[in-house]
Amino acid sequence: MPRRTDIKSILIIGSGPIIIGQACEFDYSGSQACKALKQEGYRVVLVNSNPATIMTDPDMADRTYIEPITLKVLERIIQRERPDALLPTLGGQTGLNLAVELHRKGILREHGVELIGAKFDAIEKAEDRELFKAAMRRIGLEVLRSCHVSSVEAALEFAGEVGYPVVIRPSFTLGGTGGGIAYGENELREITDSGISHSPIREVLVEESAIGWKEYELEVMRDRADNVVVICSIENFDPMGVHTGDSITVAPAQTLTDKEYQAMRDAAIAIIREIGVETGGSNIQFAVNPHNGRMVVVEMNPRVSRSSALASKATGFPIAKIAAKLAVGYTLDELPNDITLKTPACFEPTIDYCVVKIPRWDFAKFPGADCTLTTQMKSVGEVMAIGRTFKEALQKAVRSLEQDRFGLGSDKEDALGVRFGPMPNPAALGQRVSEREKETFLEEIRSRLSVSNPDRIFYLRYAFSMGMDVDEVYSLTKIDKWFLYNIRALLDCEFEIRSRLSGASTQQDALEKLGPDLIREAKRCGFSDRQLAHLARAEELSVRRYRLSHGIRPVFKLVDTCAAEFQAYTPYYYSTYESEDESRVSDKRKVMILGGGPNRVGQGIEFDYCCVQAALALRDDGCEVIMVNCNPETVSTDYDISDKLYFEPLTLEDVLNICDSESPDGLILQFGGQTPLKLALALEAQGLTILGTSPYSIDLAEDREKFAAVLRRLGLRQPPNGIGRSLEEAKKIARLIGYPVLVRPSYVLGGRAMEVVYDEETLAGYIERAVEVSPERPILIDKFVEGATEVDVDAVSDGRITVVGGVMEHIEQAGIHSGDSACSLPPFSLSAECISEIKEQTRLLAEALGVIGLINIQFAVKDGIVYVLEANPRASRTVPFVSKVTGIPLAKVATRVMLGKTLAELGLTRDPSPRHVAVKEAVFPFIKFPGVDVILGPEMRSTGEVMGIDKSFGMAFAKSQMAAGTPLPLEGTVLITVADKDKTAIVPIAREFAALGFDLMSTSGTAQLLSSYHIPARRVNKIREGRPNIIDHIRSGEIDLIINTPGGQGQGPKRDGFYVRREALARNIPTITTVRGALAALEGIKTLRKQGLQVKSLQEHHAAHSL
Amino acid sequence: MESGSFGNGVMKCVLVLEDGFSLEGRAFAGDGEVYGEVVFNTSMTGYQEIVTDPSYKGQIVTLTYPLIGNYGINGEDAESGRPQVEALIVREYSRVPHNWRSTGTLRDYLEEYGLLGMEGVDTRALTKHIREAGAMRAVISTRDLEVESLLKKVRSYPGLVGRDMVRYVTSDKEYVWNTSGNYRVIALDFGIKYSILRMLEHHGCQVTVVPAYTKAEEILAKGPDGILLSNGPGDPAGLCSIVSEVRKLLGRKPVFGICLGHQLLGLALGLRTFKLKFGHRGGNHPVKNLQTGKVEITSQNHGFCVELPGLGARSVELREEVVTLDTGSIPDLGVARVNLRVTHVNLNDFTLEGTEGPELGFFSVQYHPEASPGPHDSRYLFWKFVAMMERASGRYPQAEKGVVLCRDEQI
Ligand SMILES: Nc1ncnc2c1ncn2[C@@H]1O[C@H](COP(=O)(O)OP(=O)(O)O)[C@@H](O)[C@H]1O
Ligand SMILES: Nc1ncnc2c1ncn2[C@@H]1O[C@H](COP(=O)(O)OP(=O)(O)O)[C@@H](O)[C@H]1O
Ligand SMILES: [Mg+2]
Ligand SMILES: [Mg+2]
Repeated sequence: MPRRTDIKSILIIGSGPIIIGQACEFDYSGSQACKALKQEGYRVVLVNSNPATIMTDPDMADRTYIEPITLKVLERIIQRERPDALLPTLGGQTGLNLAVELHRKGILREHGVELIGAKFDAIEKAEDRELFKAAMRRIGLEVLRSCHVSSVEAALEFAGEVGYPVVIRPSFTLGGTGGGIAYGENELREITDSGISHSPIREVLVEESAIGWKEYELEVMRDRADNVVVICSIENFDPMGVHTGDSITVAPAQTLTDKEYQAMRDAAIAIIREIGVETGGSNIQFAVNPHNGRMVVVEMNPRVSRSSALASKATGFPIAKIAAKLAVGYTLDELPNDITLKTPACFEPTIDYCVVKIPRWDFAKFPGADCTLTTQMKSVGEVMAIGRTFKEALQKAVRSLEQDRFGLGSDKEDALGVRFGPMPNPAALGQRVSEREKETFLEEIRSRLSVSNPDRIFYLRYAFSMGMDVDEVYSLTKIDKWFLYNIRALLDCEFEIRSRLSGASTQQDALEKLGPDLIREAKRCGFSDRQLAHLARAEELSVRRYRLSHGIRPVFKLVDTCAAEFQAYTPYYYSTYESEDESRVSDKRKVMILGGGPNRVGQGIEFDYCCVQAALALRDDGCEVIMVNCNPETVSTDYDISDKLYFEPLTLEDVLNICDSESPDGLILQFGGQTPLKLALALEAQGLTILGTSPYSIDLAEDREKFAAVLRRLGLRQPPNGIGRSLEEAKKIARLIGYPVLVRPSYVLGGRAMEVVYDEETLAGYIERAVEVSPERPILIDKFVEGATEVDVDAVSDGRITVVGGVMEHIEQAGIHSGDSACSLPPFSLSAECISEIKEQTRLLAEALGVIGLINIQFAVKDGIVYVLEANPRASRTVPFVSKVTGIPLAKVATRVMLGKTLAELGLTRDPSPRHVAVKEAVFPFIKFPGVDVILGPEMRSTGEVMGIDKSFGMAFAKSQMAAGTPLPLEGTVLITVADKDKTAIVPIAREFAALGFDLMSTSGTAQLLSSYHIPARRVNKIREGRPNIIDHIRSGEIDLIINTPGGQGQGPKRDGFYVRREALARNIPTITTVRGALAALEGIKTLRKQGLQVKSLQEHHAAHSL
Repeated sequence: MESGSFGNGVMKCVLVLEDGFSLEGRAFAGDGEVYGEVVFNTSMTGYQEIVTDPSYKGQIVTLTYPLIGNYGINGEDAESGRPQVEALIVREYSRVPHNWRSTGTLRDYLEEYGLLGMEGVDTRALTKHIREAGAMRAVISTRDLEVESLLKKVRSYPGLVGRDMVRYVTSDKEYVWNTSGNYRVIALDFGIKYSILRMLEHHGCQVTVVPAYTKAEEILAKGPDGILLSNGPGDPAGLCSIVSEVRKLLGRKPVFGICLGHQLLGLALGLRTFKLKFGHRGGNHPVKNLQTGKVEITSQNHGFCVELPGLGARSVELREEVVTLDTGSIPDLGVARVNLRVTHVNLNDFTLEGTEGPELGFFSVQYHPEASPGPHDSRYLFWKFVAMMERASGRYPQAEKGVVLCRDEQI
């Protein structure tokens, strides 16, 4: 069947901001779909509130709406654009849920929009857990016993029947929000209660437990002719009970016999047919009882998913692209396999390597968060690694995580070494360490094994090296023994290395003792040079030199969907230690781009966006582009984006290996965030050419002391600062520059532990609690500029001139991390002089730092004085935002500049000044971390962002709030409780709210203040003042907006504010925690009330601009 | 060594192909020197089924999936009474298997029969070489590690072309597979996989297995409702005497041919077979059913193929078509012309995958509807066989329904 000609225009809904459970994988799938559909000649209308996506680049769709993903907005867009069809399966749960709503409200029918891919009934049958289970039983498949409840009592009754533990799963939520495992009655009460409140339909499913069972996923595709294929099987290393998004996963399935696998495949095919997903991909999860093979169906996602992105990268089969084509009527056998060209897409990929995915968590950013892994997803990103064996892939994945681990142990952070000192052999522990010490460590190991947590993988190794056997570890973890044996085997290799090394004198001697054979074997098991160096007490580069001198270098193999049965034409590579190298090195001019690695707080999709832009620009200019990255969610790891893709860890060793083989003419490090930048000096030292800003300049900006010198020379201001190398020195500096001060360690792992400190006592406490101070690891102390306006600037420089792409004024004051603050482009309150001063300083700095390419600078403005907070000579989080607003593709421009073009040649010599206003708002994962205060500070915590764009600041802000999922109310009750320092500032705001007809509600202090200004406010009880208290009022739904600024700086016991903010979060009530935020909200509400909501596509915005 | 036995007990071995290509590895099972045709299989699961499939007689099998042995060996998944491959080549053998059904290790199983298992090999390089240069004679040795001398030896090994390999695997006497069923099926054992027998049983057949060289009269004398021509190893062209017996069966009773059985039917009708460069071995080949227009993902294991001139050119518009074969000069067939329907085509290379001769009451497929290992998409063919026997015998009309029901059925 050829493609459909009865539809001309197709609406695609994106997944919105990056949140836990919904990350860049939907940019990857959405971009693929947009490209595929445009190629087929359809008019594509795209809606996504996330400006940091490739899919929202104006040339990806015919009409791009960066607008809130809400029913109302979608209705407007449908009215304007009149699409013939809506493809709902590419925008994650967000897109799917909205499509369901549009259907339910009759909007699709009214405007004659057809759902393609998955019809409403199919979506409903798959998403409603009860309907789904009934359907499974109908086709003879087993599911776990369960019961839908809307009260705690009913949950308890069910648990009484099936016995504990039970699993609680809310309906229609994403990433398991609000779910959990209850081992007893109290827990069940608690989880049920929270689950019900999170569920949009006030309902949760209580289910019989399959904890400890093996968990699998199959990625299935179906076409209109009812052909069904399984693209990939994925086995979870962590058994049932840990969300697949939080599990280490392995592709393909490793421990199923063909009989078991085929039974699962049969089931998957029967399921997709029964549910009736017409075309496209689905993800189906299974659990298998390890003792008898009993298989149950866990759930199905009738759409592309995180796992389908992983499966696409793991196999080379572009699921989203094919899904888009199937949705418009093609059948699988009509579409070619991109990789082999000669064979059809109607087949099942077979792979000849092993793929390991490891999630990346960021718990350090959320003090107080429970880092136990359960049925609710908590990771913020992931890495994938490819190796010829599980062992190799696992170790590569661990070092891809960029957490200073270079494999499974045997590195600096190895707890065995840290705890017991270096020893020739962990087996020697017995002699070195007392029984008691051993026993305590074993206790720790047992407890870290029995409950899953981010470090469990390392504890597996500790367990084995402390002498536990596979059976014991199995009984604690329920991780399939096959995996455990493999981890044991890694340890065997380590033992062998350690025992050969005993008595080694020098570096060279140690390496000789290991010898080429063992080193090669170790490399084949995935050991990194760093690990070997650590074990041999040698330098990483000596290990490298030694192995190269013995010809031990990796080869590069192709990912080809067919295990080499057919010739592959797509250059998608991974490294391994084997005999044959398949890389096809060209003699074209080549540029290598290093990507950003796993998503984490502070380094997310924005950097991938820049890398992709760079790749596209270079290809346009006829350069060969080599992309290196290890994040399977991304667009950059789509083999379509670059000329060559290396799916590899971003460590010095792995990057050098690729360079050895490819000899690129230059490397671009500016775009992947901090990850590649960290390698700049080392790569340059190896004789590689770093394009753009030189590593020397990068260092100039990154090194505090050098940077301060640059500023002094330029006569620019910086908040007074100093470096403390001891507690005493720190105190002295703080006294000198005056409190409050902002302190942070110069060297940290994980969380950066940045804090605002108001007095000496707190400073001492901080140093004791958070960091060690030493001459090697000093702490940095800055004068904290209180109440300043923070400004972000993105600029591009060619070494001659600097063009300021955007000056963004933050809504929240300095002190709230720039990534967490909302910001407006152009500024909404800064004076023209101030803006030109900022631009001037930007140019000075860019020049002084010798920037070629991008630079991002953060300023703080107070009382008309401009302070430089920091300069990052690289792409920043705001580059995509600025590009979308101005229509100038900054990253592309920067790329061309790095390759030698001048800005004049590129026609960009004047700072753009858009006529519209855009507000970027951050989106936070607090909902996933109960127990964490919903409060902003200098430490970044947001995972994603949205953008509101319109004619005025007020409307743009209002849209940004809508897009972030907490729309501003137009009427109702505002709860105002503010800290003393904010009391005077809040008065005029409260007055205006009252004047707008809002009812005000306050706790005693604020109420008193307001009444003294004759502003009517209803006083409500604080928590300890008796019921009903402030929380009860929030619960009862009386409150529509909360203005709550955190009081004081203490870390003390949890205050009312904490509970207010958590409760508001659970009820999704917009909560504003700063005075400037309150002002913006007021402005937004006023504008919204004056003018209705209008939508406009980027293409229209930009057209208006270019007039 | 990667699996934990550092240093001791590692036995080196060398693989040499007749064109001089060679790779080093280690023996994970057995020792000695073996010859065979080296081929590769791309299935990611099912090594036990592969190792025990008699069609691999005479072949050294390379598994492209690198991690093998993970779930051990169990009592249910074998396709014959013993391992049949000449040797097995893998990237990494898992020394300690784990699965609830596992009763032993692959290594012990191979060693019990004195077979060689080689690991630590860049199986992808080997596979690519076979893809480019074709399946060919090879030797693996743990005794002689000299490439030159092995090369000399391997060049004097006869290879499989034109040879009768069936005689090594067919059962030497007739046996009853199961005692009850609605249809009496005689299965000719050219190296039959147990799964075919299991599938027949499951579909209500009572199966008797007879040796490959059983005469047609003898078979017909047993009064079967249908005859199954099984899979088997080697070159069909080396099986002239069997072909002429097959010819005598045509038109007498419903015949279902699988794999080698399909090739023998082709030869019986006067078609030719040819050797594919490197064969089809795996569980992911798309085959289009030209009668329904649907694609089946199939299990494949064959090195030879029935030639149907002009099939490759039809890649654009695949439709069911009838080829009329002039069979007047073929003895024993008794018809001057056979209308052969092309029912299945391989979408990767447009080779012939299935045919049907309605007037003569036979049909056959090149691939493996019994799967094992591989997908179950094609199990409906057993219903088709049953329906055919039903029509021919005029009994049990209810089985017709099965043809409709069969597609999603699980066993
Ligand atoms: N009954 C159960 N027993 C044990 N673990 C379960 C059970 N149901 C779900 N899980 C675990 O919770 C995770 C999330 O459940 P799932 O139904 O897949 O929800 P989501 O929609 O969040 O992916 C699964 O990956 C699995 O590990
Ligand atoms: N001296 C200061 N006074 C007030 N706020 C500051 C000061 N220095 C930093 N900040 C705040 O801390 C945030 C993070 O600091 P910054 O130096 O930009 O670190 P990062 O490298 O995490 O971006 C800034 O966005 C700003 O809000
Ligand atoms: Mg799930
Ligand atoms: Mg900053």
